[in-house]
Amino acid sequence: MDYLGLLISALSQGMLYAPMALGVFIAFRILNTPDLTIDGSLVLGMCVCAVVTISGHPYLALVCGLLAGALAGLVTGILQTSLKIHPILSGVLTMTGLYTINYMILGGQSNLYLQSLSANESGSSVQVASNTLYKTFYNFLCTAFNTTELDANLSVLIISTVLIGIAAILLCVFFKTRTGIAIRATGDNEEMVRSSSINADASRILGIMLSNALVAFSGALLCQQQRYADLNCGNGMLVVGLASVIIGQIFLGKRNVTLGVFSAILGSLAYRIILQAAYQADMPSYGVKLLSAIIVVIALILPLIKNKIIEYRLAADADKED
Amino acid sequence: MSELSLISLCKKFERSTPNEKVALDHISLEVNQGDFITILGSNGAGKSTLFNAILGKFPLDSGKIILDGENITKQKDYKRALNIGCLYQSPLKGTAPNMTIEENLALAYTRKAKRSFFAVNKKDSERFREMLSTLGLGLEDRMKTNMGLLSGGQRQAAALLMATIAEPKLLLLDEHTAALDPATADKVLALTKQIVEEQHLTCLMITHNMQSALDLGNRTIMMDRGRIILDVSGKERENLTVADLLEKFKVASGKGFDNDRMMLV
Repeated sequence: MDYLGLLISALSQGMLYAPMALGVFIAFRILNTPDLTIDGSLVLGMCVCAVVTISGHPYLALVCGLLAGALAGLVTGILQTSLKIHPILSGVLTMTGLYTINYMILGGQSNLYLQSLSANESGSSVQVASNTLYKTFYNFLCTAFNTTELDANLSVLIISTVLIGIAAILLCVFFKTRTGIAIRATGDNEEMVRSSSINADASRILGIMLSNALVAFSGALLCQQQRYADLNCGNGMLVVGLASVIIGQIFLGKRNVTLGVFSAILGSLAYRIILQAAYQADMPSYGVKLLSAIIVVIALILPLIKNKIIEYRLAADADKED
Repeated sequence: MSELSLISLCKKFERSTPNEKVALDHISLEVNQGDFITILGSNGAGKSTLFNAILGKFPLDSGKIILDGENITKQKDYKRALNIGCLYQSPLKGTAPNMTIEENLALAYTRKAKRSFFAVNKKDSERFREMLSTLGLGLEDRMKTNMGLLSGGQRQAAALLMATIAEPKLLLLDEHTAALDPATADKVLALTKQIVEEQHLTCLMITHNMQSALDLGNRTIMMDRGRIILDVSGKERENLTVADLLEKFKVASGKGFDNDRMMLV
């Protein structure tokens, strides 16, 4: 069996989903607010990216996807702050509304392939695959190394790692700026932020926009890599993101925000490796969601079990002494 | 001219319901620059409500608040905070636990700091270190420690610094030592006095300790049922004892002092 190939495939998927993990990290860990917009904004990024890519602008498409996510975040943010709707409901409302919007963006169909009709030499129209970042980069690598047998996943992994590396560094720097610490403080102690004469609502909205922009960026990358957009890709993504963030914490902890950013990425990679392993153990593809849910549950109850074990040991020790 | 003018502030909670409660009943108060006023009153007298009104936590029914010549009655809470520092009973309220001491101070200083790309920069940090060293708690060597790891007293001392770091025109202290053990409370109170004197701050302090209400500051007011029923300063206040204060309260309010949390000594 080609273990290296499987590993590269898992890592490349992990990198594609890493921005989403970062978005979930910002919502759940930094802003301390569950945001269910994420399921919708991932698909929004995907749909916007698909439409713009087909029109022949693959790079602009990634940017548009990202901005669309920010816009979705803006809506949730305004619902949460100015309109004082409960954060969970705000997210659900935006996510539900986005389904219709995504459907409209795809032109009234539930999926869209990255290809367009074009006339060939003989004048008959044929489907031509649209240019994407990954296609261009793959061709570039093939020419550079003068080969035609390059693992497509490896090419995806390389370019994604570069992009996500840049994004991670930018994020870490951002969270040290005045605006950045205002966002972090808003999640930590909103009252204090107001007392410090900082507009906490604006900080919160900005944080939610950033989170959803990253999630949508993930959607955009996925769209170009898998070469289609699908309305159902977003279901349960929140749990997948959460699983990544929690797994990442096992490696790097949550002592500070820089470690947090990198642990989210690491968590996304580890999560995909776990999935890949599960697939190798003959897990059917529809098993993914259950597995994600179980991982999150286990990670969340670990501290509880740990405490129980300590209690049990202490009790046993006390019995011995008697 | 007075630093802070409260002109006939009125606030009813749950208006037009059977539970209607008059929280502020035509409160008027002139506070001079450099005044340190201690505020006493039983539970529900409207002391904290008065602070929240000044801080803009809710809209007033009527009345005007003027701070340093500027009418701030309709200003949003976070905008007022530019010139008003406040500190609450719970040390948890004034600090962000998952951020370092340094970052907390930097955040509090943002309102008056020079523009800089990074919130934590060398020049400000040196200033923060100096300020922390005046607390005498050794916090200046733990600036990279998360705030959540400090004790309640240390956090409250840090919160006091944060409330005064941007040289506010007005400092509001809402029983800020009530949740601390007696020794720490004394220490924080001494620090408060020191900072208020150094910066010549105008300060209002709610307390349940009658003795410290008379010892600290230059003026004492008593509140009851949303009104100011007693306002003493100068010579009259110097000779006042706790017993006098209780007697005065009885006369002014027509009832005994019924505060189970009030400490008489």
